[in-house]
Amino acid sequence: MNAWIEKQRHLIDFTLASLARRRTKNFGLLLVYTLLVFVLASVALYTHALRQEAAQVLKQSPEIILQRMVAGRHDLIPPGYIEKIGRIRGVQAIEGRLWGYYYDPVVKANYTFMAPAAEAVRPGTLTVGPAVARSRGLAPGNTISFRAYSGKLFSFTVAGVLPHSSELVSADLVLMSEADFRAFFAYPAGHHTDIALSVANPLEVRNVAAKLAAVLPDSRPILREEVLRTYASVFDWREGIVLALLSAAIFAFAILAWEKASGLSAEEKREIGILKAIGWETGDIIKMKLWEGGLISFTAFLVGFIAAYVQVFRFGAPLFEPVLKGWSVLYPRFELVPAIDSLQVATLFFFTVFPYMAAVLVPIWRAAITDPDAAMRS
Amino acid sequence: MRLRPSSIAFVGIGLAAAGFAATFLDAALLRERGAPHLEARGTLAARLGLTDLALFTEARYTRHPSQADLHSAFQDHPVALEHFPTGSLLPPPAPLIAHYERLDRKTAAPD
Repeated sequence: MNAWIEKQRHLIDFTLASLARRRTKNFGLLLVYTLLVFVLASVALYTHALRQEAAQVLKQSPEIILQRMVAGRHDLIPPGYIEKIGRIRGVQAIEGRLWGYYYDPVVKANYTFMAPAAEAVRPGTLTVGPAVARSRGLAPGNTISFRAYSGKLFSFTVAGVLPHSSELVSADLVLMSEADFRAFFAYPAGHHTDIALSVANPLEVRNVAAKLAAVLPDSRPILREEVLRTYASVFDWREGIVLALLSAAIFAFAILAWEKASGLSAEEKREIGILKAIGWETGDIIKMKLWEGGLISFTAFLVGFIAAYVQVFRFGAPLFEPVLKGWSVLYPRFELVPAIDSLQVATLFFFTVFPYMAAVLVPIWRAAITDPDAAMRS
Repeated sequence: MRLRPSSIAFVGIGLAAAGFAATFLDAALLRERGAPHLEARGTLAARLGLTDLALFTEARYTRHPSQADLHSAFQDHPVALEHFPTGSLLPPPAPLIAHYERLDRKTAAPD
């Protein structure tokens, strides 16, 4: 065993000395290789963490949201709908929601105004999301005025700012009382934006949705699982877009690596010829080259992955953030909770390390089985 | 005593492997530290009945992609480019761009 280890160590010593002879070329390859792993790992880590975050947060969103459609567009829920739904078996709780959008010309941003049923907001006051507070410079006790779509000016006192830790879901929220909401948007009495339903048995959600569609044919039930699927596909799509943009760079690297690994230079061929002439076996030469490919690709994978992790979870992914998260005037500031998918890491390892080692192997085997005399002369 | 190149390589790779393992440890630590915040976000979403992340606020169908009107993310045309940057990165629903067999070629005489 010791003899085997010692032999491998000698092979590695020789390989490193051989790599050092073509220092610039090999260092350049290692750098580009590391950069490629870094980019791929950054995209994979970031999108996976974002997907997990969306799934974790939104798994507590309402089980069914019921919208009313008029001429293919979302319309207000008129009085009487909630009573009709109440008669459907399996529905545990029904809540008419009041929310809408408001464009603030001061900062050129859209806010989501909401009158929460579960939160008691005193009339004349607002609770604002952290991004709204930041963009308008608001603090509890400040007064703010909004011009309603009717042209009337409404003034409110800021009662509180939602915690920074909730910014991912609450950045643009403006919470107000039901009376203020109805007055501000001139909402007809008894009307709601949509209806949130909770279903006693999770297995019954689809049946309840089907019953809702039968009882209220102009309604559109949106299930929680559809919400979760929407977010999974949004981030899958974003990951795909970034990878598609990077595909040119990936192909360029593949060509470079293939060229470097598969096309042996005259100098390398001569080296192999000399090694064979002084008594090296074909197996030894292949082992030496395998060590060379392994050392380069393994180092590139480890360093690239560590750099990607630090970039994404310790520095907030400044390089890919705009593409992967999207951007807007009111942008939430949030720290992603790291989530590493072992299967994704294993896939990355497989697709970055193995192809390079395979590309090294074929030409070296061909060169190693040729006559030393011919190899040295060529 | 002069170190052999293989020893230096092993130390280097060993350190890198330790760094690799440390990323998983660090992730576990950050997850533990971020768990109360994640919980708070979930609780707020449950309390207010929130259905979407506040990532893209410029248009209603990007602020609430899950609540938008059917087809509204691609309201001009199923595969048309969007006016807003974030909308251009949302995929159109698969059934809208599915290709169906052309039935007009199968009719013996024009309708």
